[in-house]
Amino acid sequence: MNESSDHLLRSRRSSESIFSRFQVVGLVVLTLIAIISKFYLPRLIPSAVWLEVPLLLTIYFGLMRPDPVPALLFGAFVGISEDSLSPANLPIGMYGITKTLVGYFSASVSQRFNVGNSLIRLILCFFFYCFHAFFYWVMRRALLGQIVPFDTQLTLLHGAFNIAVALPLYLILDRMKLSDES
Amino acid sequence: MDALFNRYRSYRSLVVLVVVVMAQVLYLAYQVKTGRDERLIRVWAVSAVTPFSGIFEAIRHNTVGFLKDYFLLLDVREQNGKLKSDNDKLRMENVFYRNQLATAEHARALTIFQAKTPSRTVAARVIGDSTVSTAKAVFIDRGSTSNIEKGMAVVTPNGVVGKVAAVYPLASQVLLVTDSTFKVGVESQKGHIHGTLDCGSGHCVVEQIQNEEEVGVGEWFYTSGEDRIFPRGFPVGTVISAQPGNGMKDVRLNLSGAPGGAEEVLVVLDGVHQPIPTGAVPEEKMAPPLQPPPPDDKETTGVPSGPGQTEADKTLQKYEQLGKEQEHIYGAIYSNMPNFNVKPAPKPPAAPAATDSSNAPLGSAPVLGAPVAHPTAAPNAPGKPATALKPSTTTSTHAPGPKPVLPLGSPRPNGGAGKSVTQTSTEPATTKPQ
Repeated sequence: MNESSDHLLRSRRSSESIFSRFQVVGLVVLTLIAIISKFYLPRLIPSAVWLEVPLLLTIYFGLMRPDPVPALLFGAFVGISEDSLSPANLPIGMYGITKTLVGYFSASVSQRFNVGNSLIRLILCFFFYCFHAFFYWVMRRALLGQIVPFDTQLTLLHGAFNIAVALPLYLILDRMKLSDES
Repeated sequence: MDALFNRYRSYRSLVVLVVVVMAQVLYLAYQVKTGRDERLIRVWAVSAVTPFSGIFEAIRHNTVGFLKDYFLLLDVREQNGKLKSDNDKLRMENVFYRNQLATAEHARALTIFQAKTPSRTVAARVIGDSTVSTAKAVFIDRGSTSNIEKGMAVVTPNGVVGKVAAVYPLASQVLLVTDSTFKVGVESQKGHIHGTLDCGSGHCVVEQIQNEEEVGVGEWFYTSGEDRIFPRGFPVGTVISAQPGNGMKDVRLNLSGAPGGAEEVLVVLDGVHQPIPTGAVPEEKMAPPLQPPPPDDKETTGVPSGPGQTEADKTLQKYEQLGKEQEHIYGAIYSNMPNFNVKPAPKPPAAPAATDSSNAPLGSAPVLGAPVAHPTAAPNAPGKPATALKPSTTTSTHAPGPKPVLPLGSPRPNGGAGKSVTQTSTEPATTKPQ
């Protein structure tokens, strides 16, 4: 066993022990904060409509939790909560399915990469944001038959903005995790 | 056994993923198929989130308001808010009264005014946005406890905002007119051209307008009431560009209501259709009540020249002239049936333009309190009673003198508001049997 794999195992062990302390209440509170931020923040800052805090949380939870099952369940919970506040002409489940997949894939990816590296995290975050936006657009078009525009440049730009937010957010969550561990 | 268990473990996450995704897809299909909205989940979510949002909004509002009050303007802000709300209310009333004043006849306007009340509204504050960035929807702090129902129109004094898409006990969701799935039936002010407002492409365009129709830049569009959401007569916006397109005209609007930026809105609880106001004559040029314009001054009446009229106006003018020639009063009981196949007699060149309301735009002459006077028919018009009219001694140089055409129920010229009008108009010599 070399040094890098040793480090990987250590980091995973610590992540698991930390996330075992992430109680359901804490996750619900985090989800609520994320949903409220998406619900209310655009009233304060109108240009913050691109901010996807629920998605960033789902990705973070998936990356820090190598087991895909809790990650996909968390993604489904966050997505359905988000769907509940969507316009009534959009049925519940659109965000649920998308975030379920994001949670599953992020947890699967975390089994193969050292997600403790911030750069890898941000790249994955950017990728998952684009995947999330594209898959949601595909579902609206394919399942609901709604013709909505998809702006590729805007999506990439919003992805970049989101990873800019994800950087401090993940640092704060890491700090919370460490304090919880100690 | 261990091998089976290990195999199951390796596929466990995939099985769970398929199960969870399929369950959501089936649930999605059920909602789409039945068209039912799952209220319970939405009620829970909205009830869980909106109180926090309301608290944040109250804190923000009060904190910012306190700082401003304390450091800057003390009570001025409160007064400003009150004046703003009063101003909004007065503007709404002003829209209604202006529409009423633009009706074709004074008596009808009076009847409509008495029979109908303005749209009943309730004020609400926007407390949050939708979670879908591509969908345009907001939440307001009024719900079913404020008698709000799904499908009600949401407006501001400046224009339309959206419709209530979902109602919860203490909050409602409003789908904005800028949403890609929302369309509004609109009608132009001048030509009364009907179209459909669609803001799905990022620009607000009016669809279904033929290239042959004339729509000018700066022209107002109002709600037509055909969508059964917005009452007719609410302002929507002005035309910023109108160009011929492929089959249909490309008409772009600038929305007057600013749906995305509205902080306080009005939910129309009981909508009242109103006529489209004719804005050809500015408001300040409208004749004041009980003061008809000078008989020879054509400019002050705002009578437009012929080429500005539409085909509908010409047809209306023709029928009005036929009715006058044949002594028919539209809407009156026992009035003789006019023959619409007869060509109208040419107008006498000396006919006074000031009292000829048939040429005037709808919003100019029929002012509340100033009845409309029509020119009398030609002496040799068919079916004309011999003792229909006698020029009054107070009549000015009109030849022949105009006769007021008033429908049933309107104030008679011998009393009330019509009394002063007869001093400059004519009065019937004999009472026509009703």
